[in-house]
Amino acid sequence: MFSYTFKRLLQAILVMVVVAFVSFSLFNFVGDPVNSMTGEDASDQRRDEVREVLGLNDPVYIQFSRFLGNVVQGDFGISYQLKREVSDLVAERMPATLELVFVSALLAIILGVILGVYTGIHRDSFISNIILVISLAGVSLPTFIIGIMLIYFFSVILGVLPSFGRGEVTDLGFWTTGLLTNSGLKALILPSITLSLFQMTYVIRLVRAEMMEILQTDYIKFAKARGIKTNIINYKHALKNGLIPVITITGINIGTLIAFSIITETVFQWPGMGALFINAVYFVDIPIMSAYMIMVAFIFVLINFIVDITYYFIDPRIRLKEEKG
Amino acid sequence: MLFKKINKIYDTDIGYSFFNSKIAIISSTIFLIICLCSVFAGIVAPYNPFDPATVSLMDAFTPPMWSEGGSSSFILGTDQQGRDMFSTMIYGSRISLIVGFSSIIFAMVLGVFLGVTAGYIGGMYEIVVMRLTDVQLTIPSILMALLVYGIARSIISQSMHDEMVMYVLIFAIGISEWPQFARVSRASTLVEKNKEYVSASRIIGLSNILIMFKHILPNILRPILVIATIGLALAIITESTLSFLGVGVPPTTPSLGTLIRFGNNFLFSGEWWITFFPAIFLIVLALSINLLGDWMRDALNPKLKKR
Repeated sequence: MFSYTFKRLLQAILVMVVVAFVSFSLFNFVGDPVNSMTGEDASDQRRDEVREVLGLNDPVYIQFSRFLGNVVQGDFGISYQLKREVSDLVAERMPATLELVFVSALLAIILGVILGVYTGIHRDSFISNIILVISLAGVSLPTFIIGIMLIYFFSVILGVLPSFGRGEVTDLGFWTTGLLTNSGLKALILPSITLSLFQMTYVIRLVRAEMMEILQTDYIKFAKARGIKTNIINYKHALKNGLIPVITITGINIGTLIAFSIITETVFQWPGMGALFINAVYFVDIPIMSAYMIMVAFIFVLINFIVDITYYFIDPRIRLKEEKG
Repeated sequence: MLFKKINKIYDTDIGYSFFNSKIAIISSTIFLIICLCSVFAGIVAPYNPFDPATVSLMDAFTPPMWSEGGSSSFILGTDQQGRDMFSTMIYGSRISLIVGFSSIIFAMVLGVFLGVTAGYIGGMYEIVVMRLTDVQLTIPSILMALLVYGIARSIISQSMHDEMVMYVLIFAIGISEWPQFARVSRASTLVEKNKEYVSASRIIGLSNILIMFKHILPNILRPILVIATIGLALAIITESTLSFLGVGVPPTTPSLGTLIRFGNNFLFSGEWWITFFPAIFLIVLALSINLLGDWMRDALNPKLKKR
């Protein structure tokens, strides 16, 4: 157990260091940090001062370790374009994105599992076919077109749901939430559906395939032969094993959701990190870009790490493999 | 002569499968029509939307022909600058297809090269390449493309942005898709490597490069082709997504994604056609390639079909 965890942890740290180095190189070697701090027409003396203050005369490895130290403390420097601390900007935007991703993940997993189990058990029923056709559309339509279609239908034609923003938010001091007000919840509906649709279809397909496979196995046949009720076989014996891959998917899910939230946030003008990042890319705002890169990488690595560890407890085969050496 | 050729194609197993699949025929026809239209955009499109002389602001926001206030000279209506929607879409699909094809070719060359060499040479080199694909496959391609695009943009000086943007896009999307190719070509190379013809080539003293790219490569083309087809749809969608986000091709030469982005601003004022038609066009394009890829996967890989 210990060596397994340690190995995974080492891998995770390695990935993080590589990502940090890439974003450090962005800072130092792309463009001129002195120029972006002082402006093009500063005197040579002033430039040298800034160079000294920023520590650009030190060897690269000292600069890099200083950069790492800052990042660990959450200090990503000052945005070139907005002239504010990147950490403040991110702290402002983070709740919006995480709330959206959280609700979407929940939606994708719960609905995905329910629909997947249904279509797996009632294979050829009419409703299953409808669900599968809709899920095919979810895979092949680009996210932003789904968003636009939803806006057109629910906001323009019916006029029942808002098409942009978070609605009224409650400030909890460290966190702003839209989950406590009516308008906040309403504003969340369309973006979270848009974001979750793609993932939901994945979960549906996965659970369906898994259920269909399990229902063919010997132990299910044996359970049938013993005369156990179909419902108990389906939901107690089969579903338990069918849910294992959902754990992995959930992990990858959340990472993908964060990436795709960039698109959803743009379509719905959601004031989250994705919108901040797109702006940064557009204006070549390197501090924000590298902060986003490091944070997303961190979330990805963390999730993968948790999934790996969870697998260790769930799947005895991995444990055996490790113990053998 | 032509008949003979068609008959010959029909006799192969792939040809047979093709002519017996309605989906394959329909989707490839649609894809071919779109490709031809975009190649011959100058002839097919009734207007040249980039020629200021033919565009008049007076015509802006003309609805499609069949609705009230529509004009028969603009079949699908006009956009906010008075450009004919139909022509703009044809020219837009040209850019989408160029970027899509170029980036997938780039990804294919890079991925197949690394995959084949990794599979053939093995050792530490293989481990490094495969770890790299593992890491990259956990990052969604749209995020990867955005990051590469952002980095490339910050390296290139501001004044060069508009000229270089196409190449940057192709590079960014290509980088985001190579791991698939590397994985598949490595796996196939591992299988081929132990076959007799490879041993024979080695014995007669052919160089490794020749063995890899002249003898192994032709034998692993089938799965690569499948990945390339499905990847093309993904590349086109990624390009339009980037353009929709405003970080793609410049508005002076709009792709389908840029058109949808512009049209999106007029959704609330009732000019639905500016965003609707490019969106439908994009969906049809992506769907036809996807269906073609699905058919190809089944036809070229009989093992998968049985399952």
